[in-house]
Amino acid sequence: MSSRVEILNDGGYRSDGRRQYELRDVNIDLSQQGTADGCCTISHGLTQVLVTVFGPREAKMRSQTLHDRAVINVEMSVLPFSTGERRRRARADRRILELAATIKSTFEPVVQTTLYPRSQIDIFVQVLQQDGGLLHACINATTLALISAGIPMSDFVCAVSGGVHATSPLLDLTMLEENDLPHMTVAVMPRTSKVTLVALETRLHVDRFAEIFSLAGEAGQALHREMRRAVRGRTGRLVGVMETGMKQPIGGEPLERDVVMDDRMDF
Amino acid sequence: MPRPPSPSIPEKEFLFSSLKQSLRLDGRNPLEMRKPTFTFGPELGWVECALGKTRVIAQVDAKMVKPPPERPLEGIITIHSELSPMASSEYESGRPSDEEVTITRMLDKVLRRSDVVDKESLCVLAGQRVWHLRLTIHCLADAGNMLDCSCLAGVVALRHFRRPEVEVMGDEVTIHHPSERAPVPLSMHHTPYCLTFAYFPDPAILPVLDPSHLEQTLSAGLLSIALNAQRELCVVQKAGGVPLAPDEILRVVGIAVDKAKELDKIVEEGLKADWAGRTVEVR
Repeated sequence: MSSRVEILNDGGYRSDGRRQYELRDVNIDLSQQGTADGCCTISHGLTQVLVTVFGPREAKMRSQTLHDRAVINVEMSVLPFSTGERRRRARADRRILELAATIKSTFEPVVQTTLYPRSQIDIFVQVLQQDGGLLHACINATTLALISAGIPMSDFVCAVSGGVHATSPLLDLTMLEENDLPHMTVAVMPRTSKVTLVALETRLHVDRFAEIFSLAGEAGQALHREMRRAVRGRTGRLVGVMETGMKQPIGGEPLERDVVMDDRMDF
Repeated sequence: MPRPPSPSIPEKEFLFSSLKQSLRLDGRNPLEMRKPTFTFGPELGWVECALGKTRVIAQVDAKMVKPPPERPLEGIITIHSELSPMASSEYESGRPSDEEVTITRMLDKVLRRSDVVDKESLCVLAGQRVWHLRLTIHCLADAGNMLDCSCLAGVVALRHFRRPEVEVMGDEVTIHHPSERAPVPLSMHHTPYCLTFAYFPDPAILPVLDPSHLEQTLSAGLLSIALNAQRELCVVQKAGGVPLAPDEILRVVGIAVDKAKELDKIVEEGLKADWAGRTVEVR
């Protein structure tokens, strides 16, 4: 059925009107959700993920704490109405467990867990809508939620998916494209441009791999600018509110103190 | 059952300092695999694969079933894998551990989702009868790199297996016993091999291929690559762990390409040697 849809037409447009290397519209919402310490709703086109972060806090189970660092605990749930076919997934579904384990091990080396010994950081991932690129949406949302919770991390983690149609690489695939094309997800740390995660699950020739891989790395940098703008915008607004409450500004340039992050970026 | 203690500090330091000099505790080179050995059973599709002291049994059996209505033209393949405390006292029965989830998911991706077996060739009578292949993987002993060993065992078992020949006359299906007609091998698209590289916290230590149990426990990240001898990647999985430079990943993929070719040669030889010594009776 889906093979009748043209993935990339002669004019160089995809089925949803994007160009080859065009990412979908990214919407980041960092507003407060209940009692969570940090939260983020991100939507990449029609894929929407909500992540809430609690902690670092005292662990519920003392036996599972580590004496020298914090434990990260990821729980993931996929809402039954998030896909086309309405289906209730068991929480112990292997695919979901694997995604949760992937998110956990991606963030373990990035979050500076050694600062919080004997504590626990809980990350709850809820998938609200799925339209391809589930893993990359989850990772981006988790990064932003951790940042909005004020948990120290060594860098952002920005993930993008990429695929290849015949010989032309595409970025940020929709579900329709994912079903037909070989695709992979790459997560980069923009400051060092090192790669923390690579996930390829479909057959792809080695030569094509290198091409998509480097392209997705670059796209991660572009996404980083977008994510950083959202974080700065939110922090700016918070600081602004704090200042009006205190009647006098604290410090001269509250926003521009982040020099370390600035050295490489230009926007 | 008490968990075995984590490696002691002297053990850890000894391993790291020897790895820094590109020496491994079992005398291998950093990018050298333990040579796999295959023991084929009396039945077709039964193989025991050993990588050093890591041992895995894989077995394939086939039966006729009615296909589900949504896929009337395709056979069914299911993979059952079990990591019981028999393999190592680190595994507990009950709720699957992260490691077990990784292994089962990886087996599923390598052996099922990458289209190893041509599913349409398993169809006997559209919508009525298809072959249901059941691949069972038993992990017997874990001395590191269980994942590669189980993938290898699984794929070799599929290559070794032969299904009985069937004849379709109108709506009637006759299955010929192996003693009447020679059983036929499965039609396979490709033979993927899984290769795991372990990375260590110290960036001065180069990655090692096919980590032993101690190396795996002390590693700071694993990169698993499944690919075939035709240079097609099936699965690349690096779930977190130490961040790597993009060039490093491409370099490792390049190494994996060569290793897969070597492995393919070993597997072909093993299968050929077994087939030469086997007589499948045809009267």
